Amino acid sequence: MFESSLKQLGDALRAKKISSVELTQLYLDKISKLNPELNAFITVNPDISLAQARDADARMAAGKGEALTGIPIAQKDIFCSKGWLTTCGSKMLHNFVSPYDAHVIQQFNNAGAINIGKTNMDEFAMGSSNETSHYGTVKNPWNTENVPGGSSGGTAAAVAARLCAAATGTDTGGSIRQPAALCGISGLKPTYGVCSRFGMIAFASSLDQAGPMGRSAEDLALLLNTMAGFDERDSTSLQRDKEDYTRDLDKPLNGLRIGLPKEFFAEGLSNDVAQAVEAAIGEYKKLGATVVDISLPNSKLSVPVYYVLAPAEASSNLSRFDGVRYGYRASEYDDLADMYEKSRAQGFGEEVKRRIMIGTYVLSHGYYDAYYLQAQKIRRLIAQDFTEAYKHCDIIMGPTAPSTAFKFGEKGDDPVQMYLSDIYTIAVNLAGLPGMSIPCGFGDNDMPVGLQIIGNYFDEARMLNAAHQYQLATDWHNRAPQGL
Amino acid sequence: MTWEIVIGLEIHTQLSTNTKIFSGASTTYGAEPNTQADSVSIALPGVLPVLNKGAVERAIKFGLATGSHIAPRSVFARKNYFYPDLPKGYQISQFDLPVVGEGALPILVEPLSGNAKPYEKTVRITRAHLEEDAGKSLHGDFHGMTGIDLNRAGTPLLEIVSEPDMCSAAEAVAYAKTIHTLVRWIGISDGNMQEGSFRCDVNVSVRRPGEPLGTRREVKNLNSFKYMQQAIDYEVQWQIDTLESGGEIHQATILFDPDSGETRMMRSKEDAHDYRYFPDPDLLPLDISPEWIEAMRATLPELPNDKQLRYVNDLGLSSYDASLLTSSLEMADFFEAALTEAPSHAKICANWIIGEVSAQLNRDGMDITQCPINAQQLGGMLKRIADNTISNSGAKEVFRTMWADGGNADEIIEAKGLKQVSDAGAIEALVDEIIASNADKVEEYRGGKEKLFGFFVGQAMKASKGKANPAQLNEVLKRKLSG
Repeated sequence: MFESSLKQLGDALRAKKISSVELTQLYLDKISKLNPELNAFITVNPDISLAQARDADARMAAGKGEALTGIPIAQKDIFCSKGWLTTCGSKMLHNFVSPYDAHVIQQFNNAGAINIGKTNMDEFAMGSSNETSHYGTVKNPWNTENVPGGSSGGTAAAVAARLCAAATGTDTGGSIRQPAALCGISGLKPTYGVCSRFGMIAFASSLDQAGPMGRSAEDLALLLNTMAGFDERDSTSLQRDKEDYTRDLDKPLNGLRIGLPKEFFAEGLSNDVAQAVEAAIGEYKKLGATVVDISLPNSKLSVPVYYVLAPAEASSNLSRFDGVRYGYRASEYDDLADMYEKSRAQGFGEEVKRRIMIGTYVLSHGYYDAYYLQAQKIRRLIAQDFTEAYKHCDIIMGPTAPSTAFKFGEKGDDPVQMYLSDIYTIAVNLAGLPGMSIPCGFGDNDMPVGLQIIGNYFDEARMLNAAHQYQLATDWHNRAPQGL
Repeated sequence: MTWEIVIGLEIHTQLSTNTKIFSGASTTYGAEPNTQADSVSIALPGVLPVLNKGAVERAIKFGLATGSHIAPRSVFARKNYFYPDLPKGYQISQFDLPVVGEGALPILVEPLSGNAKPYEKTVRITRAHLEEDAGKSLHGDFHGMTGIDLNRAGTPLLEIVSEPDMCSAAEAVAYAKTIHTLVRWIGISDGNMQEGSFRCDVNVSVRRPGEPLGTRREVKNLNSFKYMQQAIDYEVQWQIDTLESGGEIHQATILFDPDSGETRMMRSKEDAHDYRYFPDPDLLPLDISPEWIEAMRATLPELPNDKQLRYVNDLGLSSYDASLLTSSLEMADFFEAALTEAPSHAKICANWIIGEVSAQLNRDGMDITQCPINAQQLGGMLKRIADNTISNSGAKEVFRTMWADGGNADEIIEAKGLKQVSDAGAIEALVDEIIASNADKVEEYRGGKEKLFGFFVGQAMKASKGKANPAQLNEVLKRKLSG
């Protein structure tokens, strides 16, 4: 049952081979067993999950089951979920029970999916290893001495360890794709604006995008059908016709032109990752695709640009966590300024404070033009690189991360080394393009390698098609970590 | 040596939308604290702003009414600072790309002292931008703590910034009053100053003629025209005294204390915030199409300045009277409605509204919308003045009766017998009788004691029980007395 696809689970549920309550209980039991070691979940709430499961069973009994009805889905703890503790991985929100549902959560609720729990994450989604969570690190199910990636590390570990049928993540600079790669699962960051950001706790508003994480491209397509859609409560949500993201899954790949950016295969890429990615490209050629060498000349600037823009937005977005209305407030303080300072000093972790400091600096009088404005200009150049590249290819592929999952503490002392984990993913967020990662082999340390697939705007269906055809021809995505 | 005063204003006017600028919460004033604070007003994690189109419409109307440039694309920016009644830790405002750009507004200045005559002046508008209001910090009865009321948080404001074109308290007050009239006139704000719907920040500096601008100090949050005048007068004198005694002016934000009549420092430039403005990534740029602007133009009423011109050119009123009659749309509507009863007597109509009606309203603490006499009633009386049915004193009696007891002019004239005698024969007979019975006085008058004329008028009026047409009576008396 834990190896079933979403489609198989849905069929089994609707055929009453298993009830949602039974399925939910199976996952809850597995979470009780494995979560103490993996720490993938911050909150499980069996009462709510099982109540949802009972409702789902009733709905299916009435013949109104949909694709995801009754299926346990884990939610990244960045999504406000009514009645659930919603911490965003931070002490700052250690006591925040959301009074409302994020749009994405609403969509899953409307579909009758079960919220199986809230997954661990880097604090306010700032991190690439899940080491910044206030609730402890998440262990990579393939080797618990290794990081799961971040910031959606809890989700990636939960999916890889089969603690949920599928899950959600958010991706600001690679936070879906990089942990998906490091944990050997599939993850998709849609085009900016496809999923509403309403109720998703903001890190960097112009970059944040929710997306599905699961075990196969086919599962991601089903999840995205539920998650995507216009929402008037998010002004950056795009008003487009509803799409069926499964529609192109079965198309053959004959004639697909795959662009390989030379910058993604240069210095800094581990040999084992390069080999696995090249083998995957070879597989695509067998499937009928052709390969084009392309260049994204400004992509090398994406890390510095990102680390100006994202902290700038974050420094402002996180100002609302001030101890006044909700969340953490220092227990002792002298006056208002002292209350602010102590609450924020104690409520935020080191990485969050570092980024608030950077963001405050780059927006300050006298520095704004040199940093923020300059970064915005380069951001446009980076986007133009992709526009130019798509004149010569249909889809872009390369590594998701420069290496496989590293050991805990390995990059902890050097933030820049950590920031380079997202060197191949960040440009996609800056351009607002859709990107995904699918498993394509294993590295020297037997840890999974991710293949990154980058599409043109709104080309999610084509990306899912390319990923699905690869997954029909290979079985990397079906490998599961052993010995848990 | 003299000093030149330089004044510029920033006016925050609350826009009259039903809901907040970035959420659906109500903007009604005076509700129980925090009952109008939705998740966006409280700034819960994850919530997002959605722009209220009604606020934009009102900004467009203001731009049109002041002949200002309306930006085809403007941008919302975040102004970052911490304060408990600013729930997001930033205010959504507009910074380098405001919705309304340069414009100009003619004003009529009434000098505050001396016998100087009212004069006209044009004040340039620098810009007007949309932004959200903050909540309120309540320092009252909270056992040493501060209460936060977020009902007002997110209320739409239009901040109207002028050039430093004003050079006296009178000009500043005239400009502020003109804007105050205008925003109510075009229906974008209730302008209620007690409730904080119209608040003025005044930038004041002084300089010697011909020298560069002096350092300015900003008096914040003036919510009455009287305080504005007092604050400017005090501040100007303070700056002059400081400079003349060898001191320096430092840029500062100051508050006016109405009780002491003095200004005091709130914060110096050194304490000024670095607001770290940047474009709000949660909101798209605000695009305004020419079609949208034209649709808004079609909803505008005739503007006060256009009305004033028409009153002067077509109705023959003085520009001062015209400006008084256009002090509010309601006042102008009242005037025009009353005038329909006596269309060719605009001057009489204007005099009555500016004179007797306004005086009575002032005495009873009411405005024109609360006037116990409606425009049709007043018009009915004007008609009878115009056709000589009643004299001025008769009209005053009619007016007093209408004010106290209602009714229409014709009924009151009939009931009180106020119809004046305009029959030439009757007046001549009356005059003959007065002359006959006052032969000695007639002799004196004819001997050169001309001030006795008033005595004869009084006698004749008394004999007619006040109903003689005064003009006619004068004419007949004069003729007959001169013998």
